Amino acid sequence: MAAALQNQVWDILVVGGGNAALCAAITAAEAGAKVLILESAPKTYRGGNSRHTRNFRCMHRGPLSVLTDSYDEDEYFDDLMRVTKGKTDEPMARMAIRQSEDCLPWMEAHGVRFQPSLSGTLSLSRTNAFFLGGGKALVNAYYNTAADLGVTVAYDAEVTHVHIEGDRFTHVDVRIAGEMQKIQGRAIVLASGGFQSDLEWLTRAWGPAAANFLIRGTPYNRGVVLRDMLDQGAESVGDPTQCHAVAIDGRAPKYDGGIVTRLDCVPFSVVVNRDAERFYDEGEDVWPKRYAIWGRLVAAQPDQVGYAIIDSKSIDLFMPSVFPPIKADTIEDLGRQMGLDGAKLAQTVGAFNAACQPGTFHPTELDGVATNGLTPAKTNWARPINQPPFYGYQLRPGVTFTYLGLKIDSHAQVHTAQGPLANVFAAGEIMAGSILGQGYLAGFGMTIGTVFGRIAGAEAAKHVN
Amino acid sequence: MSTDLIQEARRQTEICNACRYCEGFCSVFPALTRQKAFADGDISHLANLCHNCRGCYYSCQYTEPHEFALNFPAALAEVRQDSWERLAWPQPLARRFHENGVALGLIAALAFALVFALIQMLQPASGEGFYAYVAHNALVALFVPAFLLPLVAVGVSLRRYWQETGGTRLRWRNVLGGFRAAANMKNLNGGQGQGCNFENDDRYSDTRRWMHQAVMYGFLLCFAATSSGTVLHYVFDMQAPYGFFSLPKLLGIPGGILLTIGTIGLAWLKTKADPKLGAVRVWGGEMGFILLLGATGASGLALYAATGTAAVPMLLAIHLGCVLAFFLLLPYSKMVHGFYRLAALIIEDQKQNAKA
Repeated sequence: MAAALQNQVWDILVVGGGNAALCAAITAAEAGAKVLILESAPKTYRGGNSRHTRNFRCMHRGPLSVLTDSYDEDEYFDDLMRVTKGKTDEPMARMAIRQSEDCLPWMEAHGVRFQPSLSGTLSLSRTNAFFLGGGKALVNAYYNTAADLGVTVAYDAEVTHVHIEGDRFTHVDVRIAGEMQKIQGRAIVLASGGFQSDLEWLTRAWGPAAANFLIRGTPYNRGVVLRDMLDQGAESVGDPTQCHAVAIDGRAPKYDGGIVTRLDCVPFSVVVNRDAERFYDEGEDVWPKRYAIWGRLVAAQPDQVGYAIIDSKSIDLFMPSVFPPIKADTIEDLGRQMGLDGAKLAQTVGAFNAACQPGTFHPTELDGVATNGLTPAKTNWARPINQPPFYGYQLRPGVTFTYLGLKIDSHAQVHTAQGPLANVFAAGEIMAGSILGQGYLAGFGMTIGTVFGRIAGAEAAKHVN
Repeated sequence: MSTDLIQEARRQTEICNACRYCEGFCSVFPALTRQKAFADGDISHLANLCHNCRGCYYSCQYTEPHEFALNFPAALAEVRQDSWERLAWPQPLARRFHENGVALGLIAALAFALVFALIQMLQPASGEGFYAYVAHNALVALFVPAFLLPLVAVGVSLRRYWQETGGTRLRWRNVLGGFRAAANMKNLNGGQGQGCNFENDDRYSDTRRWMHQAVMYGFLLCFAATSSGTVLHYVFDMQAPYGFFSLPKLLGIPGGILLTIGTIGLAWLKTKADPKLGAVRVWGGEMGFILLLGATGASGLALYAATGTAAVPMLLAIHLGCVLAFFLLLPYSKMVHGFYRLAALIIEDQKQNAKA
């Protein structure tokens, strides 16, 4: 196989093997191009972070497939503005939003199956189309579609260098199953994700605290191609020191823990740090919207760890984590079991309980049940933690993706200071910083990957035809 | 009860319950979201509800080499298999034929030899068709107990299963719901009619569902053919052989054809599928059972085709031998899955409606 890959000039090389890469490969192959996918993961782990995803945020002017009602461009854009606090490229964002509507039928036509909103996610039934079986099923469907179109896939193929001469790409250096090769192509699509699993890089950006971060997704997003392109003068976008992190179960695996490590219990909890002290308003907003900030809040605490404490009233109010909670009949004992100062924890919870005010608790909306005279306050769902058994979860920051990426134009073309590179395109997380400058909107990563994957594939094919 | 198997299935169930990406495939996933904690009986229920379509395995982000090492279809298959053996009655017969296709074949051969000897020794002085070779009364004396005793044994097991998994009093509504799900093999359609992941790895295919339907309806037609013959014999005093345009033949011939085609299909698919996504130790017994079922259908058709020729006594012995072995092994072979599956579907209907 090695020789067969080297001894020809491919029309299009696609670097990466996730959603964006596959959308690009399929689109290019349908336009008649001879396509080679270089996926750095082995086959069992193919698909990058896409294999952990579950839905696709989609604009629609009426009921569409599994999506109910309608979700128009302005509402979608407003939602994006809210999470990014304005850090977005509006024309690019609007383009992605508008094109998402065409993507859904395209996805279905290329093997993706959707299912109604999962139990516990009813709030997303209008905006997000869920994949039947999740992201890995989507990835499988695309690999099958690509295979039917004659696309070649090399697994365990890590691209280490993209050769650029003038404004053109000529070939890549790639290590396939341990052996270095030079593979030539007439155009290239870079869809190899961010750098969140390169811990050294994270440490450079975040300081030593990064050593305690967990990586929610694939260990194969090491940012090698991104670094290589930046070193060669490709224009970048996005804050190099920021990553998107959420608070997840502290017992999650270092990499690839995915969805089952999430913890939705914060709004019903008292959250303390290593010193058994509260540090932020747990009831600031409904969970999906506030999910994101807790990663950074916990990252800023000593040892990058937090502890969520609830009582038996709240144990059934959130999706179960894969790890059972620590359980005890007294707060002191719970604290000791979690390695905290039990007496101090009891004192913190006692002060919280004393500050709770009567009110009508409502778990799914901002109920205004708040503490009085407590710092920091808990402004919603502040019910005393007083009904044993008590439960505790350890929280750690789980990194989902990084913001630093390649700047592209509306043709998905990569630029240097001298202008666009004629035959280099990018799609997916490697360019998502253009649109997602901050925060995260559920299902929007897949939208960016699908929209720009298709654009990159079409533009690359146009270039070689 | 095999604590290890249940414990492993419970571990995997809890991971699935924290993920839920597979909710749209079958009845198992919506069923497991009803709870946060799973008693042993809950795991048995999920296991028997699972039809091993494998959609969840190929979609799973946590299969090996991931440290969570999910293989949910196999974990449930092991518990399911264990439940059939554990609840089987009498116990000494519980395991062997599940695990060993050769042992199953041996029973079939013995049954054949028995019928053959019967034909040799007790050939009646007169009679038409089959009855020229073996008297009606001799057949009845052999097959009535061979049919009823296994059914009693299955009944005993199902009663235990019902208690273990929290089934409640039977109501028509739930029975109908269960039969409906079985009739269209809803749980093998992948949730959207695209079918299983069986013979083509992560590509969906509806072939297994069609083949299973052929076997199931073929079997039911054959059973109906025999039953209609019994009714004709005893109620209407109309005795075999029956002509082509008679109920036993009109039901039995398409039944035999469906059964034969379906079993060939299922056996072929089984050779293509990954055995590690099922209960590996019973692969041989399952294959033996499929072949026995196929031999029953094919020998029945051959017997009809051979009417009036010298091959009849031999084919008759083969066919009746297969039928006899099939009935005797019913509680101790893959055949018992039909009863448990149906029970699980009815219980699931009860549980769904209890919640609503």
